[in-house]
Amino acid sequence: MARPTSTALKGNRDATQIVFIKPSKGWVSLDLKTLWEYRELLYFLTWRDIKVRYKQTFLGAAWAILQPVVSMLIFSIFFGRLVKVPSDGLPYPLFCFAALVPWTFFANGLNQSSNSLISSANLLKKVYFPRLAIPLATVLAGVVDFILAFIVLLVMIVFYGVRPTINIVWTPLLLLLALVTSLGVGLWLSALNVKYRDVRYIVPFLIQIWLFSTPVAYPSSLLSEPWRTVYGLNPMVGVVEGFRWALLGANTAPGLMVLASAAAALIILITGALYFRYMERTFADVV
Amino acid sequence: MSDVAIRVDGLGKRFSINSRQESYQTLRDTLANAALAPFRAVKSLATNNDDGPADHEDIWALRDVSFEVKTGEVVGLIGRNGAGKSTLLKILARVTEPTEGSAEIVGKIGSLLEVGVGFHLELSGRENIFLNGAILGMKRADIKRRFDDIVSFAEIEKFIDTPVKHYSSGMYLRLAFAVAAHLEPEILLVDEVLAVGDAAFQKKCIGKMEEVAGEGRTVLFVSHNMAAVQSLCTRGIFLHNGSISTDSTAAAAISAYLRMLEQSVSQDLLHRTERRGKGDIRLAKLEISTGATDRSQTLATGRPAVFVFHLTNMRPRTSCIFTIYDDFGQPLATFNSAVRGPEDAPDPALETALACYVDELPLVPGRYRLNVAISSDNELQDHIEGAAFFEVEQGALRGRAVIKGKGYGRVCLQHHWKLPV
Repeated sequence: MARPTSTALKGNRDATQIVFIKPSKGWVSLDLKTLWEYRELLYFLTWRDIKVRYKQTFLGAAWAILQPVVSMLIFSIFFGRLVKVPSDGLPYPLFCFAALVPWTFFANGLNQSSNSLISSANLLKKVYFPRLAIPLATVLAGVVDFILAFIVLLVMIVFYGVRPTINIVWTPLLLLLALVTSLGVGLWLSALNVKYRDVRYIVPFLIQIWLFSTPVAYPSSLLSEPWRTVYGLNPMVGVVEGFRWALLGANTAPGLMVLASAAAALIILITGALYFRYMERTFADVV
Repeated sequence: MSDVAIRVDGLGKRFSINSRQESYQTLRDTLANAALAPFRAVKSLATNNDDGPADHEDIWALRDVSFEVKTGEVVGLIGRNGAGKSTLLKILARVTEPTEGSAEIVGKIGSLLEVGVGFHLELSGRENIFLNGAILGMKRADIKRRFDDIVSFAEIEKFIDTPVKHYSSGMYLRLAFAVAAHLEPEILLVDEVLAVGDAAFQKKCIGKMEEVAGEGRTVLFVSHNMAAVQSLCTRGIFLHNGSISTDSTAAAAISAYLRMLEQSVSQDLLHRTERRGKGDIRLAKLEISTGATDRSQTLATGRPAVFVFHLTNMRPRTSCIFTIYDDFGQPLATFNSAVRGPEDAPDPALETALACYVDELPLVPGRYRLNVAISSDNELQDHIEGAAFFEVEQGALRGRAVIKGKGYGRVCLQHHWKLPV
């Protein structure tokens, strides 16, 4: 019965939009088209996250810098000075700060996006829009924090007299890799978090384990070749070593390792997005 | 072009009771359950009996609902809490998915399930207008174009750059409604958002709704306010227990709804199934009379009235809240035993009942109903809509006759005049 009308109307679809509502079954497409249609909402959600973050926090922008800087100081004292961890011939503070800047971006994005659906519960219950926009906006908002910390990193590079090479042009791509990883894991965890509320207790623990399995405080050159590439399956390994190589000219051209990281990150993102879409239909009822 | 705006076909939505009360699970329990599952299977094989009823039960919040709305129709959805009105609206707004059936909506949808969704207290009025507009589906260019209209509708020109956390609740609601009111959808889904703000603002909102309806846009409107439904809607759909009971003119749907409310009153309160709350304490009987001296059932204006609520059992810190509504569903007064006054006193004769005394009933003649909530320790134990109906006869308030006049209010106040000789 419904068919004839809808096909008749398809002709002037520009003028009239038709929405079909029916139960969805099984796995569904990512529907990136709808997400694109809602790009203004994505922009506003990101903008809100940024505005609120810098309005609410007493320290404001300082917080974005303080977090990686304090970690760097602690790492430099304990790992650099006391344990004397090798640092690929670079000054240890610079060595670990170049890793902490993308790491902090990743960890904050992961942490905040995994809680993003719960904290937007009211939105989920009352308005329709592609739900992917919520964790995506959260991760994107972290880019501002990243830029602030990155400026500090550039200052440190000048201070230590390191001459950046042309490889610096790869930085945006490496940031993208960190973003993809953060979002991918964030999608998994945010969707799980709606269903299983104890996921949020796992997140800090996960981040801690992940930090120590990523060469932030130590170099991946401790491993020899076939194993370095395998190590790259942790996408943050590629990001962190990539940053050191692109900015500090560390003699550790990441090559295969970064490719492994990129592949792993993409798999996490795609499976995360699919799982998210699969769970999406229940969000409004459960959250 | 077809003039059907909304077509709903066999729509149904199932909730499991389990997931209603505690909607989320914990990963810990799920893992533990999965780990123990083989042992349970072995155990049930060994003992060869079922584990009794399944540990969750399904409820159909909506079942087999079909209707069509033509372009330009203004349809009121009425029914009790839990009848499925909001679920239906949520499905059409694509917030939640149906379990079965389908729906088709032709045209740009704007849904208003709540005003001020996504408002952030730290952001200014201006920022919230853009944010909320985007959330409701407006384009940035549209918001810019209508910005001045929104601000002047909300009457907050002076405070537009102040964070909304400094707004009064009235200002907040005005701003929230103003954004929503400037959506320009072809089909508008509205859920009870008019029940906010002061009377003047409500009037403005109703006016805006009338304007929207008059422009030939399609509106689906959920409300408990029968007066608003009656005046705004050309058609009424009365939902009962998740399915359509009456689909007719607004007036016919309203009277069917009111008839249903009255019928259920004749039932024993303990047999009523449409109730909310934990259920450890339940309202068993409700007596309404004129008081101790003459136990007449008929109340009259200006005469005493006693409401006695008999509960199944009693616990410390149990309180009773009840609200009197007129026959259009407009709340008139609320009584709360948890808020104490100097005349409140314990009465040993009551045992498991609470009694509320009104010395001079200030209601004009007519028909009224009561919603009753029982709670203990801040936990809702029982809530019954339309727990009782009562009739108020003509009477006098301190010797002054009170005459019923249509449209002049339902409440009378004790007063006196000074007049020229």
